[in-house]
Amino acid sequence: MSQKIKDATIPTIPTKARISRWFGRNMLRIYMIFGFTYLFIPVAYTFVFSFNDSGKSNLIWKGFTLSNWQNPCGAPEVCNALGNSIKIGVLATTFATILGTMIAFAIGRYQFKGRSSSNLLIFLPMATPEIVLGASLLSLFLVFKINPGFWPTVIAHVMFCTSFVVVTVKARIASLDPRLEQAAMDLYANELETFRRVTLPLVAPGIAGAALLAFSLSFDDFIITNFNSGTLITFPKFVYVSAARGIPAQANVIGSSMFFLALAIVIAGQLVNRKKAR
Amino acid sequence: MSNDAISARGDLRLTRITKSYGDFNAVDDLTLTIPKGSFFALLGPSGCGKTTTLRMVAGLEEPTVGSIHLGDTDITTTRPYQRPINTVFQNYALFPHLTIFENIAFGLRRRGIKDVKEQVDKVLSLVELPHLAGRKPTQLSGGQQQRIALARAIVNRPALLLLDEPLGALDLKLRRQMQIELKWIQREVGLTFVHVTHDQEEAMTMADTIAVMNEGRIEQMGSPADLYDDPETAFVANFLGQSNLIKGKIEGNDGDNLVIDLFGQKISMPKKRSHAVDNSMYAGIRPEKFRISRTGTPTRGNTLTGGHIEDVSYIGVSTQYVVAMPWGQELMVFEQNDDGVAPFDKGDEVVISWEPTFTFGLRGDEDIEAGTEVNPEEPAEE
Repeated sequence: MSQKIKDATIPTIPTKARISRWFGRNMLRIYMIFGFTYLFIPVAYTFVFSFNDSGKSNLIWKGFTLSNWQNPCGAPEVCNALGNSIKIGVLATTFATILGTMIAFAIGRYQFKGRSSSNLLIFLPMATPEIVLGASLLSLFLVFKINPGFWPTVIAHVMFCTSFVVVTVKARIASLDPRLEQAAMDLYANELETFRRVTLPLVAPGIAGAALLAFSLSFDDFIITNFNSGTLITFPKFVYVSAARGIPAQANVIGSSMFFLALAIVIAGQLVNRKKAR
Repeated sequence: MSNDAISARGDLRLTRITKSYGDFNAVDDLTLTIPKGSFFALLGPSGCGKTTTLRMVAGLEEPTVGSIHLGDTDITTTRPYQRPINTVFQNYALFPHLTIFENIAFGLRRRGIKDVKEQVDKVLSLVELPHLAGRKPTQLSGGQQQRIALARAIVNRPALLLLDEPLGALDLKLRRQMQIELKWIQREVGLTFVHVTHDQEEAMTMADTIAVMNEGRIEQMGSPADLYDDPETAFVANFLGQSNLIKGKIEGNDGDNLVIDLFGQKISMPKKRSHAVDNSMYAGIRPEKFRISRTGTPTRGNTLTGGHIEDVSYIGVSTQYVVAMPWGQELMVFEQNDDGVAPFDKGDEVVISWEPTFTFGLRGDEDIEAGTEVNPEEPAEE
């Protein structure tokens, strides 16, 4: 009898085996779908609820409207907070990128006393809990009799963004072949021209990436900002404060806009790269 | 001074150059003159100091001791961009963010030359790649990148062109072709080429003069034929081709010749080809200079008897024999397959002979293995 069953199963693969084979082939794809779903549900939620005709509280779906998008500054204080965040972000990014790039070149390219300890210390602000950083910065400002507000916040942001800029730019410098600079010097370019014509253009993508990272870190920082900004309202602070009495749908509009802006920048970057490579 | 350096022309003179890294002397008391217009090769194994020497000439390293002159101008401490010297780097070092045209125009533009198009086009057709001007370096094959690196250097018409293992990354066939092309381009443009390589065949194919370097010093310098026919040290004898080195003793003189005892058999060789300092010496004979004949047949010139064939390898154009001698040494013999004589078999009793003038003499205290353990195909230093 067993012989008979065996004969019958030869032409077709058993269903069980077929299913497991299909899973084997598509496992990675399924895993990826789950992973991205997990990552994007909050983003999708934010986006969907930016169209909610919510009134005061944006917790329950009450109907579709475009009025939030037509009037993003409709909720009191939201655009003022956004403006502060952008100002702080731009200033902090500018200073942190310049400072961080210079530190990255110093550590990545030159031998000097204290180089390896600088290399280690630059990681500290990234490793330290934000709550500790924020509190210590506040007490530092108070010791120097500086009141919390706009500029202390900028200084605090420059401090933690610089570390990230250094790490990002340093990685780019490390991948840069020193023989390219030697070749430039060999071809009659002095130190300044070599930097301007060869080093900087080759490191530029790293610097741009570092600046974007710094801006996004500064823009959504809450903990350190909360300690050092005093009465100044930034966008994350606005969202936090209004969470108690209901976040207006305009916050979702701004959040979604930021997401799509970042996405657009990434896609544009990819397209430019692909065009360059061709 | 620095403004004069850029227009300096003439022979390159290195005087008593030493380059130390801590206790290690990469280059050790090196003195060398490279005549204007020559194709000069610095040949040596990895770590012999040849690349360091080249980098000092380019200005990328500064000598610890010694001076470098181009013509009458001292360029020892001149910055790289103030020297009329250009380099073809080992990995080509083309600027990835610039087009081929801009890569080649780079040196011209830095010297303030506005109208670069004509010169760039001319050099692109010299290297036979005029259609690639608009491409980026990453879109080119290795051989094409090599030519562009060469074009980028020679477009500046430097007093000296340095080539750092320029063909190292190419496959064998392409390398052969580029060797011939480089030689042709050198004649065409009439510049002084200084070529650094670990490949003895490459150096012999291209250079007028070869300096063989070992452990930071120059072992011997001369034309490829001089170095091959009359090596002065065991290192040169082994690094350039293969050599049979037989321990011997100088017994006396016979006119312009020396009489030498090799394990009880007398041979002679010209006095001027011996570099021995006392009676103890090594007699050197290249494998293709040996003739091989059956024991009992008449021979000419120097003769060593009592050998037997240990191994036979048929290579096509030649047959390579390993002949075991009575004193235990195995000699290499290359015979051209051009005389219709049936090849010898393993175990045959043979006599080997050669013309006395082909013999070269080395010092008796030499390490006869020097230069043999070096694998010329291994990747270059750095």
